[in-house]
Amino acid sequence: MSISDTDRTMAQALNDALREEMERDPRVFLMGEDIGHYGGVFGVTRGLFAQFGPERVRDTPISESGFIGAAIGAAAAGWRPVVEIMWIDFAMVAMDQIVNQAAKMRYMSGGQLKIPLVIRTQEGAGRGNGAQHSQSLESMFAQVPGLKVVAPSNPRDAKALLKAAIREDSPVLFIEHKLLYGFRGPVLPTDEVVPLGIASVVRPGSDVTILSLSRMVHFCLEAAQKLANMGIEAEVIDLRSVQPWDIDAVAKSVQKTGRLVIVHEAHRSFGWGAEIAATLAERGFDHLLAPIRRVCSDDVPFPYNRQLERAVMPDPQRIVTTVQELLRDYP
Amino acid sequence: MEGTFTHREEDHARQFLQWYELMLTIRRFEEQTIEWYQRGLIGGSLHPAIGQEAIAVGALDAVRPTDYMTMTYRGRGQALAKGASLEGVMAEVLGKASGLCKGKGGPMHITDVTHGIIGANAIVAAGIPIAVGAALAAHLAGDGRIAVTFFGDGAVNQGVFHEALNLAAIWTLPIVFVCENNLYSEMTPIREMVKNEAVSERAAAYRIPAAVVDGNDVAAVAETVGMAIDRARSGGGPTFIEALTYRFVGHMVGDPETYRSREEVAQWREKDPILQARRRIEAEGWATPESLTALDDRVTARIRTAAEQVLQAPEPDLEERLADVY
Repeated sequence: MSISDTDRTMAQALNDALREEMERDPRVFLMGEDIGHYGGVFGVTRGLFAQFGPERVRDTPISESGFIGAAIGAAAAGWRPVVEIMWIDFAMVAMDQIVNQAAKMRYMSGGQLKIPLVIRTQEGAGRGNGAQHSQSLESMFAQVPGLKVVAPSNPRDAKALLKAAIREDSPVLFIEHKLLYGFRGPVLPTDEVVPLGIASVVRPGSDVTILSLSRMVHFCLEAAQKLANMGIEAEVIDLRSVQPWDIDAVAKSVQKTGRLVIVHEAHRSFGWGAEIAATLAERGFDHLLAPIRRVCSDDVPFPYNRQLERAVMPDPQRIVTTVQELLRDYP
Repeated sequence: MEGTFTHREEDHARQFLQWYELMLTIRRFEEQTIEWYQRGLIGGSLHPAIGQEAIAVGALDAVRPTDYMTMTYRGRGQALAKGASLEGVMAEVLGKASGLCKGKGGPMHITDVTHGIIGANAIVAAGIPIAVGAALAAHLAGDGRIAVTFFGDGAVNQGVFHEALNLAAIWTLPIVFVCENNLYSEMTPIREMVKNEAVSERAAAYRIPAAVVDGNDVAAVAETVGMAIDRARSGGGPTFIEALTYRFVGHMVGDPETYRSREEVAQWREKDPILQARRRIEAEGWATPESLTALDDRVTARIRTAAEQVLQAPEPDLEERLADVY
């Protein structure tokens, strides 16, 4: 991918999406810790405070439950808050508001209420942040009816999906990756909006489908390149949304390749990969030439030590090895 | 001058009688639902507000239909006082298709957006930050609306109560926090769960003005909360009201109430807000005992008619279970 004028970092693309949506719709406003003058810990809201002022770019106390609750109330009253939770691990402090309130209010009210709330946050390991700042928790939220869960892998998708999330009438967990903020890529200058729940084939192939999202897409692409050098053509799919997830795209790819490897940074047990494997199993194994394999983080808290941390997480070599073994055992 | 005074006096009498009728309506409504619960017509748990009617009626007196409100699982009375339809609330309690929430919310989740009721909550204190958010919406819109949130004494020990008070204070939001202190945090005396029983003093930590009011005196509640509402509406920010009261029935229907004595309940029954209001009406000569009895009969008949109608209402279509998720 060559760098051009339209290339933006992930952080810049997200910033563009926020700015454009705030310009488009006066009901959109931001809340979060250090997002105002400071511009956000990862710089995503940089410049927005200067442009829109303290009412629409609202710094909050360290009070996740309180300000997510406040965002829910504002959303119920017709506003479209975008809240930043600095680290997804901190969302655990506000689980009542997210799971018991935001996710259920539309249903409990018999459809009277809409909660157009976006919770922007970031997840992922690989930065030596230790057990309480490294988790990938998208599966946990995807288990709750009423929440949508999105996790983009590149700037173009990040911008287009964030715009879609802001225009959604349901609460959306918009999960960024802490190691992708500096990742640069092309962004369309147009007002592109990608509907939630549509996967993207980021590399076509015929021998095996490798399914992932967020940062792991890049690991999968790296693995696919290595596999190609060995004569194995992997199709890499970026799921982009966990809830809803694009069953048709996954089924279509597996029909073609007959083999599926699911890669996620979330822990293996009860991770979203299990849901996808189970759904494909329920649909019948007709097209599968091999068992489904998963490459996920070990079921342990993320250790601080960098070598231990790397060993817990998926890496491109593990993906390569898994695919090689699968093709060896089920040719 | 004399004529004007009489005119005001008449207004006051009329208003007081309206409060009385509304309190009585809530009481009879709650009694009806208790009967249904005991007959097995209501699922889960039912938490009546019998004894606390003066707070709902008094606090919401100066509140407009467009103002926002959140309340708790003990909040049917507040929904009625805010203007929700009697039949709509009743049908929701029974889980009927014609319920305010199509039967999918139930007695703990009464919501009526057309009357600003953005939800009753089954999680203690969880509705407080949501009301703060509604107040934030009003602040951002500059539309003159305010928010009122009701919660019990038990809620003051939840973290999110403190978070919500702090947010309302730092942002000077138009909200009134109404704490119904009925002395019991579910089944445990609140005095055993706090070092400082003066719950309202917590507001001072956030620089929020507070007042304590006799929650069984509807006029006192209306006056005190009314000032707080004026303050909120004129940009003065949040106020905390602690309304002292008592629930005459258990935390939920079927609660054996082992945590309090019959004598204590009997003493508080003497301070029944409806009984007090009736005594006041009679003492002031605002109505005759006969007309009050007739009023009681009318309220009872209204509840009975609504109940009969709602009992016949259809159950939700089974397909309805899949609607309104996203």
